[in-house]
Amino acid sequence: MSKTFTMDEREIPFVEGQTVMQAALADGVYVPHLCAHPEFKPHGSCRVCTVKVNGRHAASCTLAAREGLVVENQTAELRELRRELVQLLFVEGNHFCPSCEKSGDCKLQALGYELEVKTLHFTQLFPDRPVDASHPDLMLDFNRCILCELCVRASAEVDGRHVFALSGRGIDKHLIVNSESGRLADTSIAATDTAVSVCPVGVILKKGRGFRVPIGQRTYDAAPISAMPEGKKP
Amino acid sequence: MTSLETSQTDKPTRRISIDQVSRVEGHGKVTLLLDDEGHVHQARLHIVEFRGFERFIQGRPYWEVPVMVQRLCGICPVSHHLAASKALDVVVGATQLTPTAEKVRRLMHYGQMLQSHALHFFHLSSPDLLFGFDSEVSKRNVVGVVAAYPELATHGVLLRKFGQEVIRLTAGKRVHGTGSIPGGVNKSLTRAERDELLAALPDVLQWAREGVDLVKALHQKNTALYESFGLFRSSLLSLVGPGGRLEFYDGVIRARDADGQVMVDGIEPKNYRQHIEEEVKSWSYMKFPYLTALGPERGWYKVGPLARVQNCDFIHTPLAEAERQAFREAHGGQMVHAPLAYHWTRLIELLHAAEVIGELLRDDDLMGDALVVSGERVGEGVGIIEAPRGTLIHHYKVDSQDLVTMCNLIVSTTHNNQAMNEAIRSVAREYLDGHEPTEGLMNHLEVAIRAFDPCLSCATHAMGRMPLYVEVRDASGAVVGSATKSSR
Ligand code: SF4
Ligand code: NI
Repeated sequence: MSKTFTMDEREIPFVEGQTVMQAALADGVYVPHLCAHPEFKPHGSCRVCTVKVNGRHAASCTLAAREGLVVENQTAELRELRRELVQLLFVEGNHFCPSCEKSGDCKLQALGYELEVKTLHFTQLFPDRPVDASHPDLMLDFNRCILCELCVRASAEVDGRHVFALSGRGIDKHLIVNSESGRLADTSIAATDTAVSVCPVGVILKKGRGFRVPIGQRTYDAAPISAMPEGKKP
Repeated sequence: MTSLETSQTDKPTRRISIDQVSRVEGHGKVTLLLDDEGHVHQARLHIVEFRGFERFIQGRPYWEVPVMVQRLCGICPVSHHLAASKALDVVVGATQLTPTAEKVRRLMHYGQMLQSHALHFFHLSSPDLLFGFDSEVSKRNVVGVVAAYPELATHGVLLRKFGQEVIRLTAGKRVHGTGSIPGGVNKSLTRAERDELLAALPDVLQWAREGVDLVKALHQKNTALYESFGLFRSSLLSLVGPGGRLEFYDGVIRARDADGQVMVDGIEPKNYRQHIEEEVKSWSYMKFPYLTALGPERGWYKVGPLARVQNCDFIHTPLAEAERQAFREAHGGQMVHAPLAYHWTRLIELLHAAEVIGELLRDDDLMGDALVVSGERVGEGVGIIEAPRGTLIHHYKVDSQDLVTMCNLIVSTTHNNQAMNEAIRSVAREYLDGHEPTEGLMNHLEVAIRAFDPCLSCATHAMGRMPLYVEVRDASGAVVGSATKSSR
């Protein structure tokens, strides 16, 4: 007899060591998330996966599943909270979906649709973040970075290169490239690295790809992010 | 009387401005200077052109440009999408696109031409032409047309829908699609999509023919008005295709003088800068392009349907060619400069667009799967197309890191800047001079501007529409009267 917890009145089975999010996703229940990725250790930074457990908020990506937990996931209150978190991410960077090549494949945009973000609500910060196009095959458009650190984790843990890191604190926190010049061209990154493909938004881009995938064939054209089998792509 | 560009009088004058020309796309303003007897001393069309976009695009990767550039204008995004793609084809070394890519883009473009011309004629201009320039203002709008001519209005809407469907199937979306990319396209048509469009084509052709018949009848009924209203003479400029045929997607630049003599011909798009310069005038934010060889005084020209239909040697589709000849015959083979003739030629073009769409739909290349090519990367590219409103030039420089370092755009409406100013001066002289300006008389100015179908939205590189605000000021600048109406 497997162990279970309750999420929105549904019994979710889990095995020891799973987080609430992992168990839910494995059972086909969608919990919104951005910084979580099945191949990487939980990070708990974006907070979009916040659920309510026994009346208290918790990040479901770091919360260990336990027998008998009563978890709220798809409630109006949590949707509202998640929507605000996504809106904050939008205003902190420069996200202009209609001319972004990641449009249709972007998790932030997909979550915007999922959570029905109709306005930005908060004042846009319009940060000044020049792109790094020094590398012959890759480009970094820092305007869209949501500081999820997936590339940092992938480059360190999978690619073994430590190309990316976060620097600064609070509102000044930003992604940096580990090379003396600070330019991507002077790192050992390769276009085939996991760090390149893991970015959930349109920061780490393969040059020349642009809009090669037509509207209709992009990841989230077929179905909303909540209906996507986990770990597929992007 | 003087040219009316700049007042020559010492007498006290008062200033009248139409702060939003209605039923045109975007935001512009007309100012008149009148003396105490109501004589017009100056008439100017001001379009605020922010070239912000050209700076904005600097530092962005080139492959983003054809999609990004659609932000320029919510009215004619497809034209910018394609002009930018053509410029960047050069940059990626795609000197010859695949037949599929070329034809899918062409289809998109002719679909855009059809929907834009239909919108302009049926929605924006027909109220003036059907009811009269100073007819009752409450009826002089598209709602009035629907009430009085329901069938015509319906066909106008359906024509536009068809054009939008062509755009959707080729670009991926009705507005702000992504179909055209540097070096080709990202999709072709499926057989089902092709057949869907083909099935609608007979009706589309029929409605297009009815449109030409209507505009012809309007001209015949009131020839004197149609041939004199807002008249001024000028050179004209457009692309022409192989053998000098009417061509919207690709070609070489040709210009004729006011008598129809070819002045320049065969200019490759990449050499446009050697032949076209732009003059800055202190009173206008929008530049005034002119042919270098003739200088700013004599070198300005008009673009758009009236220029194209008379600049070409022939139209390669039979129905439109017959209409082109009928148009010439009706004017004794003479060059036509009357602004209202823009409408007639615009509908000939609409018919031509429908015929070309038919040609393309019967071509199986549309369903091919060779979509993109590339070759030797170069640092600079120019793309020119004939957009619905006229010649549209996109020019980019791209550095070795693939980022745009320079962008220069000359949009159709800018080419027509001097021409539209001449048209309102002609109208001011003929209709407003010595009269107290009423709404109906003021609308005459707008009718002249509207004939060119200016996209002020494009020209200003800004979005959104504002209400019409008319203000009458006396010589000291004090406002002595004002009125507001909402546009469109
Ligand atoms: S670059 Fe992408 S993967 Fe890396 S931190 Fe920013 S958003 Fe996350
Ligand atoms: Ni426009």
